[in-house]
Order: sequence, then C-alpha cells, then structure tokens
Amino acid sequence: MIPATHYLTLAAILFVIGTCGMIFRRNVITMFMCVELMLNAVNLTFMTFSYHLNQLDGQVFALFVMTVAAAEAAVGLALIVILSRRADTLDVDQANTLKW
Amino acid sequence: MEYIVFYGLAAVALCAALAVILVNRVMHSALALVICFGAIAGLFFQLNAQFIAAVQVIIYAGAIMVLFLFVIMLLDPEAEKFSPARPKKIVVVALPFTVLLVFLLTQVTLHGLEDAETSFHLVGDAQSIGRLLFHDYLLAFEITSILILSAVLGAIVLTRRSE
Repeated sequence: MIPATHYLTLAAILFVIGTCGMIFRRNVITMFMCVELMLNAVNLTFMTFSYHLNQLDGQVFALFVMTVAAAEAAVGLALIVILSRRADTLDVDQANTLKW
Repeated sequence: MEYIVFYGLAAVALCAALAVILVNRVMHSALALVICFGAIAGLFFQLNAQFIAAVQVIIYAGAIMVLFLFVIMLLDPEAEKFSPARPKKIVVVALPFTVLLVFLLTQVTLHGLEDAETSFHLVGDAQSIGRLLFHDYLLAFEITSILILSAVLGAIVLTRRSE
C-alpha cells in the first residue's frame, strides 16, 4: 500500500504549481484553469484521507467541491466573455478601470 | 506494481500541470489540463474512489474543460508574450512560493497520518456514495441544487446583450 504522504506531497506540489500559475500568468483563462488545478489538488487530499481513515465522507465532500467548481466555471467564463467584449482584452493588467 | 502505477500517474500529472502554467498558447494549456485531470482520475481510482474517478472524467475533463475550450475558441486569445521585466519579478515572487511549498511538505511529513492497520478499505462505488449523499448529506445536496440554479441564472444574465 502506498503511504499517504506520497499522495499528500503530490497534492501539495500540484497546489503550489496552480498558485504559481495564478500569480505569474496574466491571461484570465489560464489563471482560471490554475484555480481548477488547485481545486483538483485539494480533491486529491480529500481522497487520500478518505482512503486512509476508511471513511467515505471525504469522497462526498470532493463531489461537492466538483459541483462548486462547475458552478464557478459557468459564472467565471461568463465574466471572461464580458471582459473580452467590453475591454477587448484577456490580459488582467489591461483591466484596470477600477485602479485609481 | 502499485508503485509503478502511482509514480507513472504522478509524473504525468506533474508534467501536465507544469505544462499548463508554462505553455504560451491558452489552447495548449487547456489540453494539458485535460491530461492532468485524467491522471488525477487514475489516482482516484487507485484510492478506491471509482465513482469519483468516473465523475472526474465526465464532469471535469468532459463538461468543464469543453466549456473552457468553447470559450477559448470563441474569444481566440493570442499567445501571451512575456515582457522583459518578467524574470526579475519571478525571482521576487518565487521566494514566498518556495516557502509555501516547504511549509506544506513539512506539514505533510510531520503530521502525516499513520497508515491504517486494516487490510480492509471502503470502496467508494455509486451505491455507497449515493447512500451517504442522499442520507447524511441530503441538506447540503439540496442547497447545491440552489447554487447551480443561481450559477446558471447568473451566467445567462451576465452574457445577455443589453438592448
């Protein structure tokens, strides 16, 4: 049996990769995909604990995370479509109307 | 055998995740993300979560990523150009992330749980997940339906062209 730390380490690395992408990339769509990557890393942690603590609650929780991610993707992509329609760009640095 | 599968899937997931943030074209990083989700679904399968693995492939790699691809093709974003000021910024920002990663890894290794002694592990098939979902988590399930309804309404209202 593979120890839990292997899975948890993998999830931690995936989460940090997602965070780095969120900071370094300036394209809205790529940043959004990095959020999905981070959510997936968290799901992997839930699965690991669910398996090693022998409880299925973690899997149900991961299901809820996926549902929220789907809802978030729908609204977020709608926002991206509006951004490109209004500002004619997908670069977050260009969307600075609120900046004083 | 178990280890070979795990390390194979982990390597695929890591390489695909790195490709997501390093590749310049948005379309390519979306495809890399699909590969990453597939590898993670394989890991779920290894963790006795058959139902969630299937849902991961159907909902994440299927529905959500197809939505992303539709939006990418609709908007047709040009490849992101890295400005010359970038490398300096990256060095400055990379430090906190190294700290974050080291922190997470030490937490994992220090507080990593002892592996259960039992040879028996629960299997997350559709029946047991469904029983849990419609029994213990019924209220959360119902609230989720309201969340999805509001998300759909929000997406429709947001993207509607105002006359």
